[in-house]
Amino acid sequence: MVPAQELTVRPARRSRRRAGRISAGWITSFCLPAFALYGLFLVVPLVTAFYYGLFRWDGTQQGEFVGIGNYREILTRYPLSDEIPAALGHNVLFFVGTMAIQNTIGLGLALLLHRNPWGKRLFQTLFSLPYLISPLIVGYIWSLLLSPTFGPINFALRAVGLDAWARPWLGEPDLALPVLILVNAWQWIGGPMLIFGAALAGIPQELEEAAAMDGASPTRTFWSIRFPLLIPAVGVITVLTFIGCFNIFDLVYALGGSDGGPGGAMDVLGLLYYRTAFRGGSNAIGESSALAMLIFVLIFGVSLALERTLRRREVH
Amino acid sequence: MSTTLRTVPRPAGKVRAEAARPRGTRQRSLLHSAGSQLLLWAYAAIAFGPLLLVLIGSLRPNAEILRAPVGLPSSFDLSNYTRAWQTASISTYFINSLTVTCASVALCVSVSAMAAYALARWKFPGRALLAALFLSGLMIPAKLGLLPVFYMFQSMGLIDSRIGLVLLYAASGIPFSVFVIMGFMRGLPGELEEAARIDGANEGRLFVSVILPLMRPALAVATVFQFAPTWNDFFYPLVLLRSGDKYTIPVGLTRFFGEFAADRGTLFAGLVIALVPLAVVFALATKQIVAGLTAGMSR
Repeated sequence: MVPAQELTVRPARRSRRRAGRISAGWITSFCLPAFALYGLFLVVPLVTAFYYGLFRWDGTQQGEFVGIGNYREILTRYPLSDEIPAALGHNVLFFVGTMAIQNTIGLGLALLLHRNPWGKRLFQTLFSLPYLISPLIVGYIWSLLLSPTFGPINFALRAVGLDAWARPWLGEPDLALPVLILVNAWQWIGGPMLIFGAALAGIPQELEEAAAMDGASPTRTFWSIRFPLLIPAVGVITVLTFIGCFNIFDLVYALGGSDGGPGGAMDVLGLLYYRTAFRGGSNAIGESSALAMLIFVLIFGVSLALERTLRRREVH
Repeated sequence: MSTTLRTVPRPAGKVRAEAARPRGTRQRSLLHSAGSQLLLWAYAAIAFGPLLLVLIGSLRPNAEILRAPVGLPSSFDLSNYTRAWQTASISTYFINSLTVTCASVALCVSVSAMAAYALARWKFPGRALLAALFLSGLMIPAKLGLLPVFYMFQSMGLIDSRIGLVLLYAASGIPFSVFVIMGFMRGLPGELEEAARIDGANEGRLFVSVILPLMRPALAVATVFQFAPTWNDFFYPLVLLRSGDKYTIPVGLTRFFGEFAADRGTLFAGLVIALVPLAVVFALATKQIVAGLTAGMSR
């Protein structure tokens, strides 16, 4: 996750001099295929979206140049002027909730595994198993498990006498977002667990032993010795969580449909973009492109800023 | 909070911490580890339980599931699977997904390997810029270009085409693959290449017979990490495919969930079928997955 740093050129060795004289033909034939694919299907569409956003559209007919007109429009005119802040708010809550729940539990599991290496590999595998499942399928699995009448979860709650706890989990506006956070955490917890695990394994044993010999309590050992050394891992996980939480689409679609659940309680920016782009409206192209650019700047800008701050920290 | 730690006389020489502890502490640590084991197994149940419920549900007749949502199958019955595979055309979706995924992974990993090798080993003007361009893709939310992709595909006749999807997926996998392979190449000594060059091998030959075999661990990581998201992707086919006989598993599943909403047993069976290839990948490549997840940590 440290792309720009990857670019540092290693000091030239003697053998390198010969390798430096590669003909332009070879360079082109090795780099061009990747460059063409990447440019045509990733870079060009994003640049085009920016371009589209500067014009008014009538269906698929490109109209006059309006500059930031579309941006002003989507931020001030109902319904988008209400939907955008709501969706953004849900994304933010989703991110905060995920950091608090998924990453804390992930750290807890990593610490448990660090202290009890017995069966470590087995547990790591079990915990990160949901990692590979499509978020859409995860959503469908949980919507079946959580369904009000025939779902196993409510069935089990009733069976042990907790009838009052049996709820339409995905049907209540207040519950939908917390359930989304939990289901999402269930899927991705393996990530923070493995990253924290790798970081814990990198802490010199001597430090921990010295602390133990000095009579430091486990809590104190954690906060004074381990936690400071885990900060780089926290950074990586924060960036990954941020990107994941602001790109979410499939899981919400499976749990709540394209409107984002009851009363739009789970509506997120990704869904909103999809609806704006493909649900008609004569200026749909202009508006959705402007929205795409706002989301793009938000995600790319914040991830870049997060990375910069974290990297500066690491130097100290 | 006091900052002074209780000092215990240090034993002379290098002794493991455990040995220095009084017996009471050791008993407590045993208790601790039993507690930890309990917690670990409890979370294992949370992680694996839902999957188990789906697996068991797929073996039970629908009427039984509706009567008692939790329970063991009364007999071994695969009729849910045959119904999902044939009647619900999961077989079609499955083959489409497999074709699209394999083709795009192969394309992505081969072009990325070539570019990553050139970027890691050769010096040429614009190299740093090109590498930065590829790697910035790690943070770019590519899906926001969906609408332009849609119109571009329309003009190229790639709407409702599996080839379009293959190209799109291959492109979106390039940043991570280049990142992983380039990182790996940097850690590899260049002596073998030099030897091959001195023996007169040209660059193409050198790449195929010397570099590719050396790169295998990195190629495996890139393959696994490209396979899962491609197999799982829902967003692009939702918009870019039209006809049911071209659907990949995820879009197919949305249709399937609409058609078979009341037939839980069949739904569970369909979900299990959709999970099989990833389970296989997971079983074969746990090592590569751990390596990939922690790729950012190695520096």
